Amino acid sequence: MAAMMAADARAADWTRGRRDRRRRFALATAALGALAFLLCCAMLLMGNTLYPVGTVWNALRGVGEKGVLFAARTIRLPRMLAGLFAGFAFGMAGSVFQTLLRNPLANPNIIGITSGSSAGAVYCILTLHAGAGAAYASSIAGGMATTLAMFILSNYRKRFSASRMILVGIGIQAMCNALVSYMLIAARERDVPAATRWLSGSLNGVRLPELYPLFAASVVVIPVALLFSGQLRMLELGEDAALTLGVRAGRTRAVLMACAVVLAATATAATGPIAFVSFLSGPIAKRLAGNGNSHPLPAGLFGAALTLASDLAGQFAFEQRFPVGVVTGILGAPYLIFLLVRMSGKGEL
Amino acid sequence: MTGRASWRDRGLARSSLRGHGVGVAALSLALLASCAAASFALGARAITLTELADGLFRPYVNTYGANVARKRVARTMFALLCGGSLGVSGALTQSVTRNPIADPSILGVNTGAALSVVCGIAFLNITTAAQYMGMAMAGAALTAAFVYAVGSVGRDGATPIKLALAGAAVSAALSSMVSAVLLPRSYVMDQYRYWQVGSVGSGTWAETGALLPFFIVGTLTAVATAPALNALAMGDEAATGLGVRAGLVRLIASMAGVALCGAVTAMAGPIGFIGLLAPRLARMLAGADLRRSLPMSALLGAVTLTASDVIGRLLTYPGELEVGVVTAFVGAPILIYAAVRSRA
Repeated sequence: MAAMMAADARAADWTRGRRDRRRRFALATAALGALAFLLCCAMLLMGNTLYPVGTVWNALRGVGEKGVLFAARTIRLPRMLAGLFAGFAFGMAGSVFQTLLRNPLANPNIIGITSGSSAGAVYCILTLHAGAGAAYASSIAGGMATTLAMFILSNYRKRFSASRMILVGIGIQAMCNALVSYMLIAARERDVPAATRWLSGSLNGVRLPELYPLFAASVVVIPVALLFSGQLRMLELGEDAALTLGVRAGRTRAVLMACAVVLAATATAATGPIAFVSFLSGPIAKRLAGNGNSHPLPAGLFGAALTLASDLAGQFAFEQRFPVGVVTGILGAPYLIFLLVRMSGKGEL
Repeated sequence: MTGRASWRDRGLARSSLRGHGVGVAALSLALLASCAAASFALGARAITLTELADGLFRPYVNTYGANVARKRVARTMFALLCGGSLGVSGALTQSVTRNPIADPSILGVNTGAALSVVCGIAFLNITTAAQYMGMAMAGAALTAAFVYAVGSVGRDGATPIKLALAGAAVSAALSSMVSAVLLPRSYVMDQYRYWQVGSVGSGTWAETGALLPFFIVGTLTAVATAPALNALAMGDEAATGLGVRAGLVRLIASMAGVALCGAVTAMAGPIGFIGLLAPRLARMLAGADLRRSLPMSALLGAVTLTASDVIGRLLTYPGELEVGVVTAFVGAPILIYAAVRSRA
């Protein structure tokens, strides 16, 4: 009798724990979403002149003075959308990679996907003197090619190994970076500023048509990634455990990785590699939303909020305007160090 | 019967090359000489033997060819010295960290040196080579210590993967600090753009002279600590049992390694992967005993760097590809190969 009651109590505890975890996850996600939304509004309102909400709203619908229309629709809206979508993409891609490779440090920045994208874009601009459209295509192609090479090499003898993939990625990244350095030196002086945008991420001068590939990719890829992210949670338990739970590990990994790569590459093509967003979003979202849930959604929202906030800080907090990539890089560094030390201490690295 | 056996023996000996110390050393020296010769002769303008002789031995001859030859010779000497230093530095780093992929470029040390130099140019108005060296070395040492500390926290110590990730992450952080310092200061950006891709193209006798003391002291230290490092390779307990003071040896050897790498980085900019490649080849040729493989690393580092420089000059003839780009393309595939073959 007593044993049965104890079992009942345990079951009740378990359900309550599950409910609590769900509530916490929903709360955190909603809060992050609200934060991202507020920052989007701030991006639209703030600038050289601060406009009231009504004016901006009217301007977005096409009503108002010429100057306001230009500021709101040509400058601030694309900038806001670029920050929102690229931040979301980086955050989600980073979280997927971190979970798949089961290493919080493994993210598109460090394992070389974004440097493949950068190399592609810089090659197009500096060597082929191609226009923005070609640069985007080649940036995406560069990211994909890098990932493909990495994936093939790390599946050597049909035995996937995350640490092998990370090392291979670091090697490929070194090659891409060398290539970019060389192209920067060999280039004509006046072409260099256009290319440096692809080296440290920036939202400056983004135009709406440049964002279409990112929008398209987000609309297609994000739902797929969210659909598969439940299985991601089981993959996190390890390959064998996931297999036992009925996850087709190889297929799930391939789909999710493809999603993450598309997101990272298109976002890099739109804004350049914004440092550390993909790295920070996963772990922070995990802390906010609690363990035991899949994190791509909150990670994406956090990525968007971080990018927008950093861009606002870069625009208004200092005497000199800094591109968003520099701000996130400097904000991210102390957290990175903290995380590195903590993870090493727990043996998670 | 005996004939077959002797064939087999010879095949074994040749595959390991370990019993042939003198032969291997002679071969490597010959390789070094031919690299140097190629570096003298080849480039945007090939020079003849008379021009080379003019440049070397007849300082009063002032023809165009002779001047080209003088420049080439200086550049070659600089390249050889840089390569040698990086080779020794890599061998030291690998044996101190007991880690086959420890290389300054992978551990983020180059970026640390870069940040330090950039800060020096921007805030302290440094101009002289000695100041560059000091800043680069301080930055390199701090970064190396930090990355190693971060990579070795935890139960299993500094595994290759932890070190590589810590290095990549730290260098990502440092490079955004570099951009933060650079962006508002276009004059620094201009200097940095040329410095950040490693090159020996501007090597002169003066720079070679400045690097030489570092090379000599660093290499002598390395050779002096080699027996102790050999003992450390068996594990700290075993080494302590043999009377080696593990901590002290590590400190001295890693200081020598960082000083060598920092000096080269200050002069030539970050040149990656020589420190990965040379010790690896040296171990293949001369075995794991550091007393032999350290000098071999120096030799092979010099050969690899000089050969890469010559390749860079030929690939984009009549322009040139900076040696840092070439070494990345030679070295990174080796890292990838090592990673793919590893059973990790």
